[in-house]
Amino acid sequence: MEKIIITVVGKDTVGIIAKICTYLADVNINVLDISQTILKGYFNMVMIADREGSSVDFSKCQEDLEKLGETIGVQIKCQKEEIFEMMHRI
Amino acid sequence: MIKYREVVETNEMIDRENLDVRTITIGISLLDCMTDDLDKLNDNIYNKITSVAAKLNETAETIGREFGIPIVNKRISVTPIGIVGSSACKCVDDYVEIAKTLDKAAEKVGADLIGGFSALVSKGMTSSDELLINSIPKALTNTTRVCSSVNLASTKTGINMDAVRLMGQTLLEIANLSSDRDSVDCMKLVIFCNAPDDNPFMAGAFHGVTEADAIINVGVSGPGVVKNALESVRGEDFETLCETIKKTAFKVTRVGQLVAKEASRMLDIPFGIVDLSLAPTPAIGDSVADILCEIGLEYAGAPGTTAALALLNDQVKKGGVMASSYVGGLSGAFIPVSEDQGMINAVEAGAITLEKLEAMTCVCSVGLDMIAIPGSTKATTIAGIIADEMALGMINQKTTAVRLIPVIGKDVGDTVEFGGLFGYAPIMKVNEFSCDDFVNREGRIPAPIHSFKN
Repeated sequence: MEKIIITVVGKDTVGIIAKICTYLADVNINVLDISQTILKGYFNMVMIADREGSSVDFSKCQEDLEKLGETIGVQIKCQKEEIFEMMHRI
Repeated sequence: MIKYREVVETNEMIDRENLDVRTITIGISLLDCMTDDLDKLNDNIYNKITSVAAKLNETAETIGREFGIPIVNKRISVTPIGIVGSSACKCVDDYVEIAKTLDKAAEKVGADLIGGFSALVSKGMTSSDELLINSIPKALTNTTRVCSSVNLASTKTGINMDAVRLMGQTLLEIANLSSDRDSVDCMKLVIFCNAPDDNPFMAGAFHGVTEADAIINVGVSGPGVVKNALESVRGEDFETLCETIKKTAFKVTRVGQLVAKEASRMLDIPFGIVDLSLAPTPAIGDSVADILCEIGLEYAGAPGTTAALALLNDQVKKGGVMASSYVGGLSGAFIPVSEDQGMINAVEAGAITLEKLEAMTCVCSVGLDMIAIPGSTKATTIAGIIADEMALGMINQKTTAVRLIPVIGKDVGDTVEFGGLFGYAPIMKVNEFSCDDFVNREGRIPAPIHSFKN
């Protein structure tokens, strides 16, 4: 597995999750877990996904998601999972 | 599986609390470059650095992007040039030529700074070490990325007072040569006692002769993260305070460990150490002095400061060593004045003096760092300050260092601007009573006794 963490922050609107998931499906990235809240009208989401077998490399995926975020009006950040594992697990 | 709040916590540390990897430093041995032909030596040095560190910049950028953490500096440290140039260099200008080669090589690979224009003279100076020290002023003013250090004392050897006296004069010479730029080149020189061989931080980094051919050392930093964590335990007891610092230091150091391992894999260079220092920057919220205030002081420098700093430094180390099996370098809290807005505020409020800073260096990781003093300070007085700091390191078996900037044409009450990460500093008052007869004695202070610790 090659886990990635996708973080989305921005003003809530229709179809944020749909658009992101459509992109992930197109490039063969499997979603493992989604946590999402709306805080004072702001959409916050953390998504864990597996990019093993994906048709695009990590930096392309990062770029695509960033651009997608711009079109939706939210900020999409994509990081490799290891930084969180290292920091929060002994 | 990683939880939502853990992702948010990590990203808040990065986005709001200035958590970053302060430096990835490649240590490169230049011992195999040595020859008695200066041109050949320069070629060898340039070729070795530019081949070993060719992918430094690209690697740092990739890692930064993949994990979403800023990697602020990419640096190189090399074998002390006092050794490397010993056979080829016959005069001061020969050493200056090597400094220019280092500068050129660092520029070629996109390294911010290159350290190792250094001499190890804790017991005695060879003639080439002395030549190197005499070349430091010209070397630093003729280059932009080269950093220099001189280790002139250790617990095992004592203090080389001839070198101390020479460094007092050298520092003033650098100050004079760069007087048109507020003597700024002085900040590229560090004078050490017990210098570590694997320090990734500048200006004192060099690649020790006990090290392998090439090595990756990483320095992490996160004063803002510690400060923020402590805000949530205001008024709680010391146990809670210490636990909070330890946990935070653990998290910060783990990031360094990850980055070091990844850099080592991508560059195919062995991983050396993680330096878990709390290194401040002038950015608001990125201050070690602010942590001291959060612990309960009005300003850094108030009574209790040394105790608070001792506590902080110790907990940072305790949390850090749990996070990485290979902790090294300087590892602890840095207390530079110009690079820390909280420290600058303390100086401006009259809360902290040079003498209090000296006391603080007994319990923190380095020493008198980035302190601007009047340009009219005598060379012997500077040497006296250096000797005091070296004595603290020698007796307490720790690394201590001095990085002073005598600013030509400025006096107490003036301010000097160093720019960028180096910040600005109010000129601090120096005790002007003479130590001439002490400093002018020749020879060295013997190594201390290792028993009867009182």
